[in-house]
Amino acid sequence: MNKTIRHYLADFKQLQNIKKDDWFSKQRQSAFNIFQESGFPSTRKENWKYTDVKPITKKLFSNITNSNVVISDNEIDAILFKELECIELVFVNGAYSEKYSNIKNLPNKLTIRNMANAFVNDEDFLKKHLSQYVNDDSSSFVTLNTAFIQDGVYINVPSDLTLERPISITYISKDNSNIFATHPRNLIFMGENSKATIIENYIGIDDANYFTNAVTETSLSQGASLKHYKIQQESSNAFHIGSLNTSQNKDSRFESHSISIGGALVRNDINARLNKEGAEIMMNGLYMTDNAQHIDNHTRVDHFKPYTQSNQNYRGVLNGKSRGVFNGKVVVHPQAQKIEAYQNNANLLLSDDAEIDTKPELEIYADDVKCNHGATIGQLDNDMLFYLRSRAIDEQTARSLLTYAFADEIINNISFQSIKNKLEHLIIGRLPDSSLIREYV
Amino acid sequence: MSTNTENFEDLVKKEYEHGFVTDIDADTIPPGLSEEIIVFISKKKEEPLWLLEWRLKAYRQWLKMEDPTWAKLDIQHIDYQSISYYSAPKSKEDAPKSLDEIDPKLLETYEKLGIPLDEQKMLAGVAVDAVFDSVSVATTFKQKLADAGVIFCSFSEAVKEHPDLVKSYLGSVVPAADNFFAALNSAVFTDGSFCYIPKGVRCPMELSTYFRINASNTGQFERTLIIADEESHVSYLEGCTAPMRDENQLHAAVVELVALKDAEIKYSTVQNWYPGDENGVGGIYNFVTKRGDCRGHNSKISWTQVETGSAITWKYPSCLLKGNNSIGEFYSVAVTNNYQQADTGTKMIHIGNNTTSTIISKGISARHAQNVYRGLVKISKNANNARNYSQCDSLLMGDQCGAHTFPYIEAKNSTAQVEHEATTSKISDDQLFYCLQRGISEEDAINMIVNGFCKEVFKELPMEFAVEAQKLLGVTLEGVVG
Repeated sequence: MNKTIRHYLADFKQLQNIKKDDWFSKQRQSAFNIFQESGFPSTRKENWKYTDVKPITKKLFSNITNSNVVISDNEIDAILFKELECIELVFVNGAYSEKYSNIKNLPNKLTIRNMANAFVNDEDFLKKHLSQYVNDDSSSFVTLNTAFIQDGVYINVPSDLTLERPISITYISKDNSNIFATHPRNLIFMGENSKATIIENYIGIDDANYFTNAVTETSLSQGASLKHYKIQQESSNAFHIGSLNTSQNKDSRFESHSISIGGALVRNDINARLNKEGAEIMMNGLYMTDNAQHIDNHTRVDHFKPYTQSNQNYRGVLNGKSRGVFNGKVVVHPQAQKIEAYQNNANLLLSDDAEIDTKPELEIYADDVKCNHGATIGQLDNDMLFYLRSRAIDEQTARSLLTYAFADEIINNISFQSIKNKLEHLIIGRLPDSSLIREYV
Repeated sequence: MSTNTENFEDLVKKEYEHGFVTDIDADTIPPGLSEEIIVFISKKKEEPLWLLEWRLKAYRQWLKMEDPTWAKLDIQHIDYQSISYYSAPKSKEDAPKSLDEIDPKLLETYEKLGIPLDEQKMLAGVAVDAVFDSVSVATTFKQKLADAGVIFCSFSEAVKEHPDLVKSYLGSVVPAADNFFAALNSAVFTDGSFCYIPKGVRCPMELSTYFRINASNTGQFERTLIIADEESHVSYLEGCTAPMRDENQLHAAVVELVALKDAEIKYSTVQNWYPGDENGVGGIYNFVTKRGDCRGHNSKISWTQVETGSAITWKYPSCLLKGNNSIGEFYSVAVTNNYQQADTGTKMIHIGNNTTSTIISKGISARHAQNVYRGLVKISKNANNARNYSQCDSLLMGDQCGAHTFPYIEAKNSTAQVEHEATTSKISDDQLFYCLQRGISEEDAINMIVNGFCKEVFKELPMEFAVEAQKLLGVTLEGVVG
């Protein structure tokens, strides 16, 4: 056993001690056993070919949540969506912060609780559903998360409820005396014909040094509709591994928007299972990297039944010495006819030291399908640059504008106006020479 | 998709046309692989010491390697000790000087294949270096080629006549221990073709080799080496058919192409080896390493392949674009029927500046077959202004087949422009209906649509090959009504 695994084992034992009488401890133990068996993935594993997790495994993070960190009102104001009236859940370094959260005045039958609380109050439901919708349970990071669940969010939207207020979940990480890892776990259950919007926000303050290992599992009953936003703005020293899992029933619709701009080493996984006829998923993603960042996006859609649809659109803007990875996989299972699956990945390389590795895959075992995918890698169009310059816009501004336009294509797919505005703001801040283009956008 | 099962069954049952075994005594050694066997092969072929050493080195490397398992292929375990590594037609000892001296049975075989040598002399203008179970027995048009300064001969002859050329280029594109099958080939290859086009020469005719696997239980390990010197041009054709047999046969060939400054090589393949019967019994295992090296500036290598045969195809003709302004092309049609499996594609490695590559891949999958496109486009850090366009389309026929696309794209240079596009679908009912209501039979309509689907690739083939390929496609897919 190597040093890192020994370290995780020690932390795990400590956690099992704290949670001695927990109903979950058996599951926790078996998850840890699997993790211990498999260890961390190496780049020899096809799924991790382009992402080396050594920077994460070299460090010994403390895995036990410590809730002593305080955060000021100013800091929180800068982070939260104040202009949006959200149902708010805030976590600081992995622990639920009641002070900044707001889960009052909920509609009837709607359950929203932080996971630590839900473990006590919703034991019966969790026993039945927790870990049931994780599609890639062989992934070391998912099993590690399961072993170390300490907090997170549990949402149960009752049938026929249309929730107007979005639910905002914010994980804030701030520097601590020691480097730490958090393992947030979110379980979202959508009843029949229910509708909701959920925003997952991961953010770091002060270049904090930490590792976020998040897992979200969702289950959509017949006719349910969920809009899911993930905004990843971890600190520049942080590591983020996150997986979003969906399990979709008949005629359900999932919309995933993933904006990834922070973190030193980031991996976003989306595993979608279209289990019944008429299920539909849209995946919309943007990754912007600079300096030595590394952002890896993996998506996998399993079409198990006929008449299911998936539509993916991912874009990357890569600058500095950064590296971007996109791996999208569409699997159409035998007898799943009348499928439509689209996948598109476009990348803009802004610097000579940036690198992009993309792998759009199709695995198809049924014949009556319409599947296509495309991937492009390129630079800003010279004709477009010329057009702008001939209208007296200097080169730097023109470049910045065109880059913005490229990224904005993803943001434009967002229907929620106030989220869209906020994100547009966010990406402008990330553009090279962004100050030059403010007057135009 | 309308299911016309009756018709489907008919089509699928169509027997392998070229199923026959020529009865010739083969000079075959017992099955097994060891250093002694390699020494035996090398001695038998009267090879120089350096080549034997090269073989042994490859063998020792091979012993340390494992069968690759990354391809999406279901391969039965291959016992490399149960294969006989050498067989040559008996008549080889007193090498024939004209067609009359050739074993009449052999000529008969060629006739069955529709390539009578004597006619070819007059008609096609194609020199045929016919590889019949590992040893070349007839070579035509030598004189005309010799006048142009082109060297075109069997590999073993080249080792004897042009050792310097062979020594300096052998293994320079596909190193001896490049991969499992290449290493195996390097250790035990028995023969193949060698071709050298001198500086400034445009090869006066299309060069062609017909391979045939014949003696029972013999794996074929061909080695082809083509060198196009500066400003030269050559078009090379490779075509294959094989007799019907139940046991799986192993074929692990290596093809190396070298294009120097301003040179161009066009390599076309029609592969129609025995694919196994309709239950997936038998058929050739085809593990081929093909790689072209655009070594000089402005050089060009173009691969065109039509793959309809073999039970298993594992083949990735690739281009190393080292020279500035060099061009790599890959045009492929892969057809799989019954229980055939194909994992094929290409690698385009952009190293020089202003390099361009084009990939057009068409996969057709019918019945229980699995067809995979697997490709890599890599733009190295210093490859400025590299350009790639890839298109991979798959056509599915029948609801139990599979078509898969695994493109890898890696770009490390910001001036790179890479586009990849892929589609998967079946023959649309609308297209079919359109043809039917104009009085075209379903069979013809499908043929037409499939040929249209592959047109982009067929048009890259030399004339006579294109015709053959179209026919082959018709035969392979006859009765697979969408």
